Amino acid sequence: MKSEGKKKIWADYQKEIADDHFFYVRSCIRQSFFPGSEQFFLHFMRDVLGKDVYENPSHTSCTGIGYHSDIVPLRTIMAVVARHFALMKESGYKNIAISCVTSFGIYTEILETWRHFPRELEQTREDLYKATGREFDIPENVAHTSDIIYKFSNEIAAKAKYPLVNRLTGSPLNVVEHIGCHYAKMFPKHGVGGAEFPRVLSGMIESWGGNVVDYPERRHCCGFGFRQYLVQANRGYSMSNTIKKFASMQPFNPDLVLTNCPGCTMFMDKWQYTAKEMEGTVYGRNGEAIPVLTYEELAGLVMGYNPWDLGLQYHMVQSEPLFRKMGVVFDPADKFRTKDGKQMPSPADLINV
Amino acid sequence: MGRRVVVIGAGAAGMEAAGQLAKAGCSVTLVEKEEETGGNVRNWYHLFPDHRDSKEVISYLDSRVAHKNLTLITGTTVEDMEQDHGQFILKTGDGMALEADAVVVSTGFDLFRSERKEEYGYGIYDNVISSADLEKMFRKGEVLRHDGEIPRRIGLVHCVGSRDEKVGNPYCSKLCCVTAVKQAMELKKKLNTARVFCFYMDMRMGGALYEELYRESQEKYGINYIRGKVSEVSENFDNRLVVKVEDTLAGRPLKMELDMLVLMAGMEMSESGARLARAAGLKTGENKFFAIADHHFGSNKSELNGIFYAGTCTMPMNITETISHARAAVADVLDYLNTLSG
Repeated sequence: MKSEGKKKIWADYQKEIADDHFFYVRSCIRQSFFPGSEQFFLHFMRDVLGKDVYENPSHTSCTGIGYHSDIVPLRTIMAVVARHFALMKESGYKNIAISCVTSFGIYTEILETWRHFPRELEQTREDLYKATGREFDIPENVAHTSDIIYKFSNEIAAKAKYPLVNRLTGSPLNVVEHIGCHYAKMFPKHGVGGAEFPRVLSGMIESWGGNVVDYPERRHCCGFGFRQYLVQANRGYSMSNTIKKFASMQPFNPDLVLTNCPGCTMFMDKWQYTAKEMEGTVYGRNGEAIPVLTYEELAGLVMGYNPWDLGLQYHMVQSEPLFRKMGVVFDPADKFRTKDGKQMPSPADLINV
Repeated sequence: MGRRVVVIGAGAAGMEAAGQLAKAGCSVTLVEKEEETGGNVRNWYHLFPDHRDSKEVISYLDSRVAHKNLTLITGTTVEDMEQDHGQFILKTGDGMALEADAVVVSTGFDLFRSERKEEYGYGIYDNVISSADLEKMFRKGEVLRHDGEIPRRIGLVHCVGSRDEKVGNPYCSKLCCVTAVKQAMELKKKLNTARVFCFYMDMRMGGALYEELYRESQEKYGINYIRGKVSEVSENFDNRLVVKVEDTLAGRPLKMELDMLVLMAGMEMSESGARLARAAGLKTGENKFFAIADHHFGSNKSELNGIFYAGTCTMPMNITETISHARAAVADVLDYLNTLSG
């Protein structure tokens, strides 16, 4: 494989990512299932880099999952997104930072729709004004939060306490990167590195010392695929897609999977539990499953944060094997203990424990 | 000495046109950007439909331009062209100013840069090569994978950069299908035990003896034709290529492991032609090649009096068509020069 070819493609897909003053919009899934991720992002941006990141409490779901399951019509979701832009305008911000890849896809799809069909933009302005009395501006800069962490990945590397290196062997860790389909497959120009060989996560992995694994099903859906999962009868199809990916990456002996999409993190994590329960199959080495981390969780680990503060205990596939490889110091006794010292119930059947 | 004609580009069209014009008594200057003449023909090994060695065509073309009325300038480009009182003044990249009564543009085509179809991984995966790369292997006498192994399973992808709105080329390059058929047969001749698959949208066998070649490739060589576009290419742990394709006749998706994948790169307006079009204010068509004055009666004429087109600078053509088109250009040029004389 020639890296020069990839570099040429990456050069064609360099997007502008704002440097400061972000209007931050959260992800429904991430703040529920991987709460440490958004917490770390805000801490890193505000407290470590000193950036201005604003959250508006009136921000709502983008309704993307409803849209992709044919429950929310296009005109409605355009009004919802327009309302978010109105909140941004009212708050005095022009750069939007989007935590969710589904939302990012919704925002980019709607912005492209308005660009190609100005009548739709005018209709949305009218709809929003009639419904709420609000007006909005098109954002000057649209970034997914993985774009922003990519932008500052060298700053994270400079503060790395535990680089992505196996302490026992001295070799770089093998990291599978999985990009959410709606990040760049619809509009390659909106993704760092484009759609076929995205750079946004592979850039972080290399910057933090790891080895990026390119495997045959790299581009394949994580298994969520909205209707594959949302329609209960289709869930076997959802899982079969996830298993296809894990079977394909297995020969490369990945040490972890890094994702930038909430659905991907969730399904690649939880379906591993299901596969183990149903078939007794795991896809990592030594009878272990492969930890699936968000880019904020990994950035936090690399920088030496306590893995329990990053929320890694809330995954089905536990990350202790990864901690041991990286040399991360952790206390198992604190895993399910609150900040004020109360012991929480410990979930049964976690993997890799 | 007769009227002065400058011919831009010394591929098959330019060499044929220049030779014919010289023979007709014109004072011809043939300008070629490369150090060698012959254009794209030089990059091919055997030609369809009769497997003739391309060197024979090059020899023929060389014989056409060996004429006392013809001056050949290689290693330079025409950067600008102006008209002044019916005279053309062409400025070359190395500072020459060539005067002419008429100009023949025969800047040919460039092969589509296959890396633009990012999903195929050309320039990334070692064993994804282009049809031109395979011709080089044929000329060298060995077809090998990057690791030196003999490929056992080889795929050929049709329509790479042709009939593809995503890359901005909605037109058919016409020759990729028959090139694939020819190359598939040559692969089987060289690697008897190899399995060869062609992934096609439609088999466009519109030229003389093409259909016969297609039939022979199936009956005699057992080439396997799969109707469907390759959607993506990747590499597995053993550095074998994994190709996803839809078999539209069987109505099912396929995932195949291959040792080598050959991309049938289409034809595009050459970069030097596009530069000249911009500099000289010559129109280009929807296919981005030079726009001809009339599809039925003026395929050699530009919209400007005294500037003519020959060959694949106007549209994809095979060598036979290119040479015929160049000869027709000569007839138009001579007609035009006669009107000047009158």
